[in-house]
Amino acid sequence: MKIAVCLKAVPETDTRIRIAADGRSIDPTDVKFIMSPYDEFALEAALLTKEAKGGEVVVFGLGGDEVPTVLRDGLARGAERAVHISSAGIATHDPMIVGTVLAAALKEYGPDITFFGKHGVGGDNQAVPSMVAEHLGVPQATVVTKIEVNDRAVRCEREIEGGLEVVSTTLPCVIAAQKGMNEPRYPKLPAIMQAKKKPFATKTAADLGLSAAQVGDAAATMTITELRLPPARQAGRRIEGDVNEQVNGLLSALQNEAKVL
Amino acid sequence: MSNGVLVFAEQRDGHFKKAGLEALSEGRRLADKTGGSLHAVVIGSNVQGLAAEAGHYGADVVHVADNAALAKYSTDGYAKILTDVVRDVQPAVVVASATAMGKDLAPRVAARLGVGFASDVTETSVDGGAFTVVRPMYAGKAFAKVAFNRAPAVATLRPNVFAAAAPDAGRTAEVKAVGGVVVDGLAAKVTDILAAAGGKIELTEADIIVSGGRGIKGPENYPLIQGLADALGGAAGASRAVVDAGWVDHSYQVGQTGKTVSPSLYIACGISGAIQHLAGMSSSKFIVAINKDPDAPIFKVADYGIIGDLFEVVPRLTEQAKALKAKA
Repeated sequence: MKIAVCLKAVPETDTRIRIAADGRSIDPTDVKFIMSPYDEFALEAALLTKEAKGGEVVVFGLGGDEVPTVLRDGLARGAERAVHISSAGIATHDPMIVGTVLAAALKEYGPDITFFGKHGVGGDNQAVPSMVAEHLGVPQATVVTKIEVNDRAVRCEREIEGGLEVVSTTLPCVIAAQKGMNEPRYPKLPAIMQAKKKPFATKTAADLGLSAAQVGDAAATMTITELRLPPARQAGRRIEGDVNEQVNGLLSALQNEAKVL
Repeated sequence: MSNGVLVFAEQRDGHFKKAGLEALSEGRRLADKTGGSLHAVVIGSNVQGLAAEAGHYGADVVHVADNAALAKYSTDGYAKILTDVVRDVQPAVVVASATAMGKDLAPRVAARLGVGFASDVTETSVDGGAFTVVRPMYAGKAFAKVAFNRAPAVATLRPNVFAAAAPDAGRTAEVKAVGGVVVDGLAAKVTDILAAAGGKIELTEADIIVSGGRGIKGPENYPLIQGLADALGGAAGASRAVVDAGWVDHSYQVGQTGKTVSPSLYIACGISGAIQHLAGMSSSKFIVAINKDPDAPIFKVADYGIIGDLFEVVPRLTEQAKALKAKA
């Protein structure tokens, strides 16, 4: 089975966000990049699928210099090879463009199943898996907490409000992994060393047959015109006294000042 | 924007979701600003009756796809119908809800149309005829203003942010059946729904949330948090520490790798306030922190702080909240 996983390099989740001078993006100075947390579940699901069904896992990543480390991490955990698509000249702020580029790279490979994390932490669009599925013309299941593959039949459970939906579909398909789907493994030192010898390809948009008119800024379907920090919350009031006084004081404030009860 | 606004009005089991009513109401406000009509799309089985209700919430035209095969959600079935109606109506803006269904469906439809998409929107505006939105990034640590370069703009609205209007029972809408519905051979379909126990209130839809952190000390004490949430008619949440320790399921997690929430009232019990947690709940209207550590970062964002032992404060608060509800 041909199994693909798309991995995104994102700022560590405890990063304190600063706005860049252009006013439209974050200042990357001193930002440490990691594999997007949900992608760890996607990668693990891919490796478990390979172990159960046979085949290979190829990891794909679109971005700049922050991406190879994440792809090597994927190789160290058990993927066979990696494809880094350089983001030079690609409008990566637009999930539509990201979807177009990843779909082009995936089409070259022709996977039976493609895993994503439920969303890329940071951009928080939760759009690219659905868009890639559309471009590939295959079914999707998103926010998946469980998957079973039997021959070509796929059964997933996906999280919805107050429960789970059971989705029945077939290969090839796109699956977006939710936390809780599995327990991601961590690479051991020898595997990290061996990963350095695994095939690692770097491609540009042009290598994928995509022109600037298709994936450059002029092709973007949306534009971030401004990025700002939320207004800082002010610390409010401490409610003093013994437990009874605190509880009564709080309830009175919630009823009469905040008017939320 | 003469062709108006189109809303995917989400229903489950023959009832509009609250987020669906919020989307209809915001769609109406947008249509008023742009001068066009509000179109609603309702997809499901035995949903004819919802057309009138969509009218009460402001729809001028309701497109109804009613078919037994659409009783449960399917990405391709619903995407085909929604895309067909959008191509027919040619609206300037398409709005859905940032719910499990909307987040799965809307980007697929946007990709099929080849247009711009923005998810989890918290503000909309019409500036000089152009539709723009504001959406959180980095789980709410930053907010992006987004402009769209191709019509229609497709956006999902974060639940609990946009007010649902009071329904006007005197308002009527034109109802159109969506014809030629192809629902055979769906590539992916929902074959079953496994409900969570006890009709749990969904965190992202809750008006009041009570969350527990490491301060609850163990899973055996989580019922304290659930009890207060129940007494207030709200939902129970948790910090990442509590989820990673396996005390509660991930569906309870609030924060950067969990859910981002915007309730009217958020009560954090025994949560210190890591930056990832604060990102997920800082847009709550009012925040209450209960923690015995006076230096806990959570107090820096709390409107009301109680420095105390949650094992004393929470039971007393639950008792008083119940008494309050009984009086009301």
